[in-house]
Amino acid sequence: MDRRFAICGASTIGPDIVRLVVEAPRVAAHAQPGQFVIVRVNDHGERIPLTICDSDPEAGTITLVVQAVGSTTTQLNVMTIGEHLADVLGPLGTPTGIDRFGACVVVAGGVGTAIVLPVARALTRAGNRVTAIVGARNEDHLILLNEMRDATNEVIITTDDGSAGRHGLVTDALGTLLAEGDVDYVFTAGPIPMMQAVAGTTRDKRILTVASLNPLMVDGTGMCGGCRVTVGGESKFACIDGPDFDAHAVDFITLSKRNTAYLEFESCRFDEATEAIDA
Amino acid sequence: MPELTKRERMKMERTDMPMRDACDRATDFEEVNLGYTSAMAVLEASRCIECKRAVCIDGCPVGIRIDDFLRYVAEGDIASAAAVIHEDNLFPAICGRVCPQESQCEGACVLDKKGRPIAIGHLERFVADRERTRSLTEPPRLTPPTDRKVAVIGSGPAGLACAGDLAREGHAVTVFEALHELGGVLVYGIPEFRLPKEIVASEISRLEKRGVRFETDVLIGSGTTLEELTSEEGFDAVFIGTGAGLPRFPGIEGEELIGVYSANEFLTRVNLMKAHESESETPVYDLYGRSVVVIGGGNTAVDAARTSLRLGADPVKMLYRRSDSEMPARREEIEHAIEEGVEIRYLVAPTSFNGVDGWLESVTIQEMRLGEPDESGRARPEAIKGAFETIEAAVAIIAIGNSPNPVLTRSTPDLATTKWGTIEVDEGTGETSIPGVFAGGDITTGGATVILALGAGRKAAAAINEYLVS
Ligand SMILES: Cc1cc2nc3c(=O)[nH]c(=O)nc-3n(C[C@H](O)[C@H](O)[C@H](O)COP(=O)(O)OP(=O)(O)OC[C@H]3O[C@@H](n4cnc5c(N)ncnc54)[C@H](O)[C@@H]3O)c2cc1C
Ligand SMILES: Cc1cc2nc3c(=O)[nH]c(=O)nc-3n(C[C@H](O)[C@H](O)[C@H](O)COP(=O)(O)OP(=O)(O)OC[C@H]3O[C@@H](n4cnc5c(N)ncnc54)[C@H](O)[C@@H]3O)c2cc1C
Ligand code: FES
Repeated sequence: MDRRFAICGASTIGPDIVRLVVEAPRVAAHAQPGQFVIVRVNDHGERIPLTICDSDPEAGTITLVVQAVGSTTTQLNVMTIGEHLADVLGPLGTPTGIDRFGACVVVAGGVGTAIVLPVARALTRAGNRVTAIVGARNEDHLILLNEMRDATNEVIITTDDGSAGRHGLVTDALGTLLAEGDVDYVFTAGPIPMMQAVAGTTRDKRILTVASLNPLMVDGTGMCGGCRVTVGGESKFACIDGPDFDAHAVDFITLSKRNTAYLEFESCRFDEATEAIDA
Repeated sequence: MPELTKRERMKMERTDMPMRDACDRATDFEEVNLGYTSAMAVLEASRCIECKRAVCIDGCPVGIRIDDFLRYVAEGDIASAAAVIHEDNLFPAICGRVCPQESQCEGACVLDKKGRPIAIGHLERFVADRERTRSLTEPPRLTPPTDRKVAVIGSGPAGLACAGDLAREGHAVTVFEALHELGGVLVYGIPEFRLPKEIVASEISRLEKRGVRFETDVLIGSGTTLEELTSEEGFDAVFIGTGAGLPRFPGIEGEELIGVYSANEFLTRVNLMKAHESESETPVYDLYGRSVVVIGGGNTAVDAARTSLRLGADPVKMLYRRSDSEMPARREEIEHAIEEGVEIRYLVAPTSFNGVDGWLESVTIQEMRLGEPDESGRARPEAIKGAFETIEAAVAIIAIGNSPNPVLTRSTPDLATTKWGTIEVDEGTGETSIPGVFAGGDITTGGATVILALGAGRKAAAAINEYLVS
């Protein structure tokens, strides 16, 4: 079989963050906001989930934004144009429910910006007024700001150290927006503690809040149950029932715990991958 | 061999399958059974007393002419034996290894009443292995290409069998598979030590030689829909063989703890992702010297238990809620598991998984007794009040069955399904509620067997061929 899944674009957009454009015509033809792919770098590679940040059905390509946090994402970070991924399966997951909600706020942390962007675009296209809150550790870690500005009415930036935008957390900015006026819908993606804090901020006001969850996955097709998350006391498979869920019903503590299952194994692999690349 | 009388034959002992020593084999993934030698096969086949009406054939879900194939083996004509088997079974090297013979052909054999049925499974395996490694038979003659295109969804035994037959009829067949490897449960579920993957791969390469195209990494229904296959990609008919791949959980406390796996996840990590090999990037919990509890009594449970042993787990306990005689796993595997050191506890069911700081530490189990038979005719297990016990477990593997995968059916509203989520089909043809769309295997029956999936795939292939030429 001809080799599929060629990389036809690769650029660094932040510290350890790359944007890859990959040939995957079937995925590109069908991708909807909120969906993801499962990628394998090579024949002994792990299957990892990555959000479809953008797709071009005509060119048959999809865009992935990858932050190096472990072995596989580190290998993806150094891939170059002309190389191939072993596998790209998708689009997977239930697309984000897009409706005419009214005033929408999308809240992104770190590489979660790449997950929020396609949803922000779809919300705007559906006639909503969309405000984005983008948070990062510092100025360097802010990504996709121009794209986010194009996709929304307003972008509010927050950084932990005050090096750009407002000094503080995304939830401070969200709290201010909630105090100022009506918010009808909130969508969030990023580190688990951040999503949990966002859910906490909107809970009392009962604002419809959706979080895009990131549990560990294997197949991404509903076959293994490794991606199960607890939502409203029930067990759900994030790869087919999600990855979006009602943030007020999600058990974030269990999610965050389950994501540490292989920490020891992963840190060994990460060291090996980094050494191999440095060498 | 001199002609033996019927009486002499009935006195002969069944030829045991040579196998690796239990201590040895429980530490690696090499195949357990070593296979008959030619002499053993001839000896075993010549035990057949050639009943006038070969009742063993009634026991075979695909009706292999067992009497004929045994006679050829006894005569040493393995090529003819292979040809007979191939008429009804496309993948005998697989079925000879994994069929539950004790409840099929061997269970029907008249010698079974004496407890010594002909080892039909071992002989099927022998013939198929010879045929495969020495290319004894000619590849089937293919019908000249038609201009008809068929899509097969899922590359498990049902899909492969259907694809093989349709390709022989000259149709252009494309198999779509969600995973990165072909074979369905044969590769991600059944471990190497029972079914070497090389056998599955060689069957698939035979199909490729017949012209079958395979496209991996496509989950039909998520993205490309079934409807698009016919309306946009020009397929004239579709076969659905998507299996029963959605693991069930018992719905008890603590299922979310780290250390609680579905058998599908555990087996996939090891069989498909090779997590136990050093170059693999996929992790699996370190089981070395740790206690593993497996819940269930089917083939999946036995496979999970024996795989755990091979990863160094100690002790490995299977918990089954009924008694020995109800256990659905193949007899041979249960025996092998016990020899290797798996402990089986009958009449117990888990009531909670208990952990500390998110990690599993123990399982609380309840003792059961057998009550009145249920709808399936098996005695219904009933809880014995107050009889609880807590046992240590670093890892618990749940193997209590799978439901049909819902991705395709959810995205195909016109496809009629049952209340269990299986696809409704015409028994005789496998046709679904959508004209030109057929289905077979676990997606129509719920978790069943390889041979039933193969049989359903072939039956549907015949109906599809009819549909295409008419
Ligand atoms: C639906 C979904 C969409 C995702 N989209 C993106 C995306 O667009 N871009 C992106 O960079 N990442 C995304 N992720 C996270 C990404 O899949 C993980 O970062 C990746 O699997 C890590 O693999 P690794 O081998 O590099 O690291 P590993 O060695 O597996 O892990 C390294 C570290 O990352 C943590 N980790 C592992 N998996 C996850 C996870 N799923 N979520 C959070 N932390 C994790 C581990 O606990 C560990 O600390 C997504 C995850 C999901 C489930
Ligand atoms: C661990 C284990 C051990 C077993 N042991 C035995 C045994 O010893 N003997 C025996 O007879 N039976 C055994 N079985 C049962 C047997 O394997 C199944 O009955 C048989 O594999 C069913 O075949 P199938 O073709 O219907 O489906 P499967 O083998 O399940 O194959 C279905 C395939 O379809 C793919 N798929 C699913 N949805 C889609 C989609 N939408 N698009 C594309 N592809 C899709 C899946 O990824 C999979 O590869 C065992 C099962 C398990 C899990
Ligand atoms: S990743 Fe396996 S079921 Fe979701």
